[in-house]
Amino acid sequence: MSGSTRRRFLEGGLGAAGLLAVGGLGCDGQRPQAGFLGLMDRVNERFQRALFDPGRLAPELGEGAESLPGDFPAYRIGSDYPAPPEGWALRVGGLVARPVTLSAEALQRLPRTRTRVRHHCVEGWSAVAAWDGVRLSEVARLVAPDPRVRYVEFRSFELGYYSCWDLESALHPQTILAYGMNGEPLAREFGAPLRLYSAVKLGYKMVKYLSEVNFLPVRTGGYWEDRGYEWFAGV
Amino acid sequence: MPRSAQPLLIRLTHWAHAALFVIMAGSGLQILAAFPLLGPRGEPFGWYPFQGAPPPGVLTIGGWLAGARAWHFAFAWLFTANALVYLVYFFASGAWRDRLFLPRRDGRNAWETALHDLRLRKAAPAAVGLYNGMQRLVYTGVLVIAPLLVASGLAIYKPVQLPRLTALLGGYDAARAVHLGVLVLLAAFLVLHVVQVALHPRTLVGMTTGAARREEAP
Repeated sequence: MSGSTRRRFLEGGLGAAGLLAVGGLGCDGQRPQAGFLGLMDRVNERFQRALFDPGRLAPELGEGAESLPGDFPAYRIGSDYPAPPEGWALRVGGLVARPVTLSAEALQRLPRTRTRVRHHCVEGWSAVAAWDGVRLSEVARLVAPDPRVRYVEFRSFELGYYSCWDLESALHPQTILAYGMNGEPLAREFGAPLRLYSAVKLGYKMVKYLSEVNFLPVRTGGYWEDRGYEWFAGV
Repeated sequence: MPRSAQPLLIRLTHWAHAALFVIMAGSGLQILAAFPLLGPRGEPFGWYPFQGAPPPGVLTIGGWLAGARAWHFAFAWLFTANALVYLVYFFASGAWRDRLFLPRRDGRNAWETALHDLRLRKAAPAAVGLYNGMQRLVYTGVLVIAPLLVASGLAIYKPVQLPRLTALLGGYDAARAVHLGVLVLLAAFLVLHVVQVALHPRTLVGMTTGAARREEAP
């Protein structure tokens, strides 16, 4: 290499490194909701909302499509899967005309639905189970949310776990409050006595061990969302 | 005026792509590390040799899953936009004439170049413009598979909202494998590309400063 060639080579390399450094400003993987990454997260939420079609159903899979027991993992944030509190009942409220408290028996009396769709985890794996329960839209009809409601918050008796959804995804026909899995009552590790299940969100949005559903005019966060995971997380 | 071998827009998009490719590949591998298997849960694809082996940490960007996803989905737009600028220029400016592989024009030269480089043929193939037939074949191959990278990425980002695209690629888990497969092919190209540049450093100057094309001495 001649001297001038080497100099130009070095200049080019320095230029590329400089561009990378400028691009790196505002990109901190430890704080994904700040800086340039946070800005693009908000852009991506708009993109996801625009792409979301409330009438589009995920393909319902046939009987026998379920993953084998053991191939559908269960996660928890504490040291144990929590036991339901004595006299458990679901409180449904927020900005609604008729707040209700629904016992396990009352939930069973509401119109029952089954959804068997592919489950998408944020980690990248997929699996299938059949979920029995009641559509959240059915529960919304009971309580009559105010027109100002835009979000639905799901709280859990698993200490600290919660999540908040856009109203459209929450009212999707394949978003249900599930009390059964693969034809059996929901097992403790999968969120007994009641969990959220949906075809249109990543797994961490589907709160287990439900204690409260709140229809809200403002959005709140979530256990993983507050730690840097994406808030919308549609699939 | 001597004609510039590498037009300004090609040089800009080339180097922007180099940086964006590193970011997308690094953040993608950090995402893969969260579940380093291919295939649905309980049905891992038998052909994939690296089931359960996370990619080396030195190749990853973002630090953890949420950070890597933020990087990946932020820069995916810039990556795609840069590629579109390149492609529009590539076809509108006529740059494709020097670079695309046209079988009738370049087939023989590509074959002879391959034989020559493998030391199976003594005579060097006739010189042909900016790139030889083999280079045109490989660069064109990259252009053909690159859209598959974007399509498979969209399919695993939105498998429910983009059902036809996802089905076309064989479903969510197949699309995820396609996404990694195309990355592996492009990474193999990158290694070859960097080796070739190291052997012919003048091309690096041309891609950086746009040095005028030199007539090769016979």
